[in-house]
Amino acid sequence: MLGLNKKDFTLLLIVVILTMLAPFILNPFPESSDLAQFNAGYPDLMQRFVIFGIFAIGFNILFGLTGYLSFGHAAFLGVGSYAAMWVFKLLGMNVLPALAISVLMSGVFAVLIGYISLRRSGIYFSILTLAFAMMSYALAYSVLATDMDGPGQQGLLQKGLTGGETGLQLTLQDPRILGTQTTETGNTPVPSLFGLEMRSSAEWAVGDWLFTFSVGYYFCAVIMLIAFYLSIRIFRSPFGMMLRAVKSNQQRMSYTGLNPKPYTLAAFVISGMYAGLAGGLMVAMDPLAGPERMFWTASGEVVLMTILGGAGTLIGPVLGAGVIKYMENIISKINSTILHEWFAFMPDGIEDAMVTMVYPFIGKGWHLTLGIMFMLVVIFLPGGLVEGGQRIARLFRRRKDKPSGGDPEHHPKPAPHVAE
Amino acid sequence: MEAIILQVLNGLDKGSAYALIALGLTLIFGTLGVVNFAHGALFMLGAFCAVTLSRILTLSREVIDETQKDFLGNPLKVEIPYVHDIFGETLGATIIDWSVPLAIIIAIPIMIAFGVAMERGLIKYFYKRPHADQILVTFGLAIVLQEIIKYFYGANPIPTPAPEAFIGSFDFGALIGMDPNVIIYPYWRLVYFAFAMIIITAVFAFLQFTTFGMVVRAGMADRETVGLLGINIDRRFTIMFGIAAAVAGLAGVMYTPIVAPNYHMGMDFLVLSFVVVVVGGMGSLPGAVLAGFLLGILESFASMGAVIDLIPGINQVIIYLVAIVILLIRPRGLMGRKGVMEE
Repeated sequence: MLGLNKKDFTLLLIVVILTMLAPFILNPFPESSDLAQFNAGYPDLMQRFVIFGIFAIGFNILFGLTGYLSFGHAAFLGVGSYAAMWVFKLLGMNVLPALAISVLMSGVFAVLIGYISLRRSGIYFSILTLAFAMMSYALAYSVLATDMDGPGQQGLLQKGLTGGETGLQLTLQDPRILGTQTTETGNTPVPSLFGLEMRSSAEWAVGDWLFTFSVGYYFCAVIMLIAFYLSIRIFRSPFGMMLRAVKSNQQRMSYTGLNPKPYTLAAFVISGMYAGLAGGLMVAMDPLAGPERMFWTASGEVVLMTILGGAGTLIGPVLGAGVIKYMENIISKINSTILHEWFAFMPDGIEDAMVTMVYPFIGKGWHLTLGIMFMLVVIFLPGGLVEGGQRIARLFRRRKDKPSGGDPEHHPKPAPHVAE
Repeated sequence: MEAIILQVLNGLDKGSAYALIALGLTLIFGTLGVVNFAHGALFMLGAFCAVTLSRILTLSREVIDETQKDFLGNPLKVEIPYVHDIFGETLGATIIDWSVPLAIIIAIPIMIAFGVAMERGLIKYFYKRPHADQILVTFGLAIVLQEIIKYFYGANPIPTPAPEAFIGSFDFGALIGMDPNVIIYPYWRLVYFAFAMIIITAVFAFLQFTTFGMVVRAGMADRETVGLLGINIDRRFTIMFGIAAAVAGLAGVMYTPIVAPNYHMGMDFLVLSFVVVVVGGMGSLPGAVLAGFLLGILESFASMGAVIDLIPGINQVIIYLVAIVILLIRPRGLMGRKGVMEE
């Protein structure tokens, strides 16, 4: 169905169901319980899950299939954000043209950067992309943020193209030629889809549970599903096969008379466009774009997500993005008081000892947990969480003494990440 | 002319740091073939060795001094560092004052031990894995190290002053017969440059003139043959990893008076150091040093007012720009060896 085989269609269906029911699934604990802090079903966080999911899906098309490890993918995220922001400022607050332009702009950017970076591979490619991203960051931070209106003018470009450190913001003076300049109440308008405001949401209280359904989340989720579907199609297409050939043996590929360059460039541009789409969506949810989105740590984050989930697998990147964003928001909220409550059942001395031991890993220390988790995954599970799941599944299957009949194509074995 | 000399001098200290870190990176890459993304974290650990030592030295007990009164007329509490008790007041004060250079002594064994432990405990298992895996695992290690330091020392930069004798600047122009007050240069930066030169010379001399160094060089050229000759090359490479860690650590120790150390200083340097290594040529030690100084000086030239007026923002991007150009027109880097990491 939809041009997918049965297995992929099932996967897509599961993802569709999970994303559509996310407000329920991520809100399993009643509001009044102690565990309510583990609820992730609020729109802001759910939006981040799917947006970073898109970013990671795109990154996976490049890294998972071709093995080219880009350390500068956040540059496209930033370009997408700025482009969407300018559409909001100049045209109007409808999100569709903003997303279209951000995908287009990041695509153009990716062609430029990719054409140059892809002349090298391996670590050199990583460094080149890193250098380009840091250049974009530095430019967005300083040069492009200088007053381009000319002295004394209070125009659109007063804070340059990017707005520098504070970022690009909507103002009341923006022209917005196709939309309204200000709302009736005199505020700046908010992003919307043909009048449907992105930030509006409906709430549904069932007993002790409170479920929030936000327009923004469902909009992002639908786009994520489309992106996911496209990525499945790419994985299964002859084009995807070519990209895998680039990863497994580029030399042999050239010997058979195929030029790997157009394929890798296409993969790079596609994944850049995914990143731009994610950047555009970020702005559509919260109209603000800052240069820190291009900083190399942001690029590192998407690498972490993809590896953690499982590079080269279909669902891995989305999973990784979800896990990391969940940890970022939930673990970082736990503080020592909560810890004391958890361990309250223990004798006093042991309770304090436990709290002291766990404390470095929570709250502000969640990066430490992330780092350790990431290292463990790279060391023991090069295929990421997906491989972990498969191993557990295999364990159970062996116990039942059934021969494993898994499709090896579906989740390909983790091959070396870089074409050597 | 003065402007040029001034910019060269300004570039030297940053260039020295780049050169030292890049030297360590290249040592690790040349011997073990590992791309170490945690090298910046080692630089940062070195800096925090200095911070720790100065904290240990200033551990004090409180004494109520009857001769001094505070503004309310109560006896003033005076903190007396234990070092004063042990070494006497004048020597104690000097020791505290010289805590940064003294930190070199403790940093060397700590960093070597750390480097060896890191190689034996983690890196060893990654020789056969692809470069991307090595990058990723060391990247993860760098995050972990950073966060541990952040947990113990907080997120704010910790100022660690140089010895009093080296605080302030001197008139470099007058020394070489120019008009006075044209080229003013801080003492510590000169110290840092001299220190970097000593370390670099020492590393090169060690590799060039000792038997150990000879074996290591042989191993870099052909690991298998050296192993077949009955030499335990792995052990020597492990020690080289320790030395590379120590070089990065020492670069960090001495850098503390220039920039107050914080937990992410290593990452800031690492990105640039990788660029330096690539520009110098992967696996080439002289290339790393040369490129380190070149890029440091280039960066300071690009920060000149006249240049910025001409091309705005050039100071921010010059290093990356140079790296891109070099990688494209001279893929092997300035002094890269043939056959090392080439595709």
